[in-house]
Amino acid sequence: MPEDIAMEAKSLVKHFPLHLGFFKTLTSKNLPYVHAVDNVSFKISTREIFGLVGESGCGKTTTGRLLIRLVEPTAGEVFFKGVNVTAINLEREMRKLRRRMQIIFQDPYESLNPRMSIFDILAEPLRIQKVAEDEKDLKDRVTQTLDDLDLNPPEEFMFRFPHELSGGQRQRVAIGRAFILQPEFLVADEPVSMLDVSIRSEVLRLLLGLIERYHSSFLYITHDIAVARHMCDRIGVMYLGEIVEKGSTDKLIEEPLHPYTEALIAAVPVPDPTARRTKVVIKGEVPSGINPPQGCRFHTRCPYVMPICRKEEPQLIALQKDRHLACHKYNA
Amino acid sequence: MYYGTVRGYVKAVDDVTFKVDKEDALGLAGESGCGKTSAALTILKLLPWNGKIIDGKITLDGNDILKMKEKDVRKKIRWKKISMIFQGAMNALHPTYSVGSQIVEAILLHEDVGKREAQERAQKLLELVGIEPQKVSRYPHELSGGMKQRVVTAMALACNPALVIADEPTTALDVIVQAQVLKVMKELQSKLKLSWILITHDLSMITETCNRLAIMYAGRIAEYGDLADLYKEPLHPYTEKLLTAFPSIVGPKTDLSSIPGFPPDLLVPPPGCRFHPRCPKAMEICRRDEPAFVETGGGHFVSCHLYK
Repeated sequence: MPEDIAMEAKSLVKHFPLHLGFFKTLTSKNLPYVHAVDNVSFKISTREIFGLVGESGCGKTTTGRLLIRLVEPTAGEVFFKGVNVTAINLEREMRKLRRRMQIIFQDPYESLNPRMSIFDILAEPLRIQKVAEDEKDLKDRVTQTLDDLDLNPPEEFMFRFPHELSGGQRQRVAIGRAFILQPEFLVADEPVSMLDVSIRSEVLRLLLGLIERYHSSFLYITHDIAVARHMCDRIGVMYLGEIVEKGSTDKLIEEPLHPYTEALIAAVPVPDPTARRTKVVIKGEVPSGINPPQGCRFHTRCPYVMPICRKEEPQLIALQKDRHLACHKYNA
Repeated sequence: MYYGTVRGYVKAVDDVTFKVDKEDALGLAGESGCGKTSAALTILKLLPWNGKIIDGKITLDGNDILKMKEKDVRKKIRWKKISMIFQGAMNALHPTYSVGSQIVEAILLHEDVGKREAQERAQKLLELVGIEPQKVSRYPHELSGGMKQRVVTAMALACNPALVIADEPTTALDVIVQAQVLKVMKELQSKLKLSWILITHDLSMITETCNRLAIMYAGRIAEYGDLADLYKEPLHPYTEKLLTAFPSIVGPKTDLSSIPGFPPDLLVPPPGCRFHPRCPKAMEICRRDEPAFVETGGGHFVSCHLYK
């Protein structure tokens, strides 16, 4: 495998079994599953920021968690720097890897332990991974991180508790906790969606700066394609557990091919009162992942639906170099 | 309609003035904790026990709401004239009542109509917001977030109000559903000749739906005026920053501007202009004197020492 691929997902599948209750589980033959992630593949190069975009329930969060093995895949493999992560059985081996990959969660109000001081929150990864040489080294590293996060003065923030911080400050701490081990790969799951618009840009800028500094590879998960445009080098658009289009950010946004990508872009409010929105907003919401629609999963909402879309599932094929698409419109 | 001054101990809403004309849509924007919701609750006189209205006037059709008795406000104003879609209201729907019956309840409580008529009206309201009639007897957990948001919108319209206040109606929704809900709101406004106050921290939402804009900062209105004017020529440095703070999907990729620092503590607001610690154009006078709220022409108001 070439050196510059940091993270690769190969045909990842995750089905969550539905709990029907004891009796039904015994009697029914085909237990229903939620098809959270279905046959998702992508590669993230070293130092690249890859964005996963889609509505809630499309499986983007599950994909992120599969990559760092917070959930076990039903099928498929994950390679991290050439190492098959899904094949590791020993917890000891896994822990070594975990030092190199981290995650930033969506909600800073829930992801920080309210009974731990900021110092303890930031020091915990260092303690678990036994990185720091001694207590002084530990304290130096935490101070340095707080300084990187613009939480000044560090000596003061260190001894505060999460409830004493604002949402933006909390998310900075969560970001610091992920970066303190200087990981090679990070997953950020909607890190700014809970924050005020005015604070978002600060946090995004901070993230970009840290990625630059530590040369990390990054998976950025968001439902807002405008944020993805700002952050990512490449984007994968997900719909109901599948990647429907992927390619480099600029090309994908300039010329979206899949009708769903088009819809996502049309849904972004344009901050200019003189520019009237001309594009149509697609109707309805994401169907349930328990029984995904036959054929193309998007056909129930697609404005360009053709008879073939209801019968056959389109394959994700390479159109050009670094541009993949799963839509019947372009297969003919 | 005119909305006047209110002073508190935590100066949540301090000397705030704006008006909403008939069929106007006003966007009230600002960061969390700047007093947007408090301003809305004051209009409806729905403040919690420790909220005190110190001074000011809220005029609706020539009557001062603040001078009215609580009973009259409840009977004549709330829901009948002014209704509100609360923040996170879609999660406050009663889980064991069907959505239809919850709207019926609101109608029966406020208007002297029979149950059957109320049911018919509930059905019509849900149709109006784009929910199929067969979903009337559904329970909240059977509906998606976008549907629930439509239900609470229908509920706010139950008694034909003249003004609807929507507090962050789309923050918990996905972009596509958000666009759908905004579209419904816009259609309702022209169909029912409503006035809206849309409260949000996301300016891009306001530009899509409103025609007037008020920017709040730390309990005060920083700038107020016609949306197109404010967009074309933002006067207050805070407005300027807010307008460029979010990533855009059209046009060239630009650097996001950001506002350094954090909003001030309203128990001890900074002296002088409240924005001065974060303002890139802060002058000597800003640290000392509070700027007055002045008109620069054409109904465009700003509170900044740069314009005098």
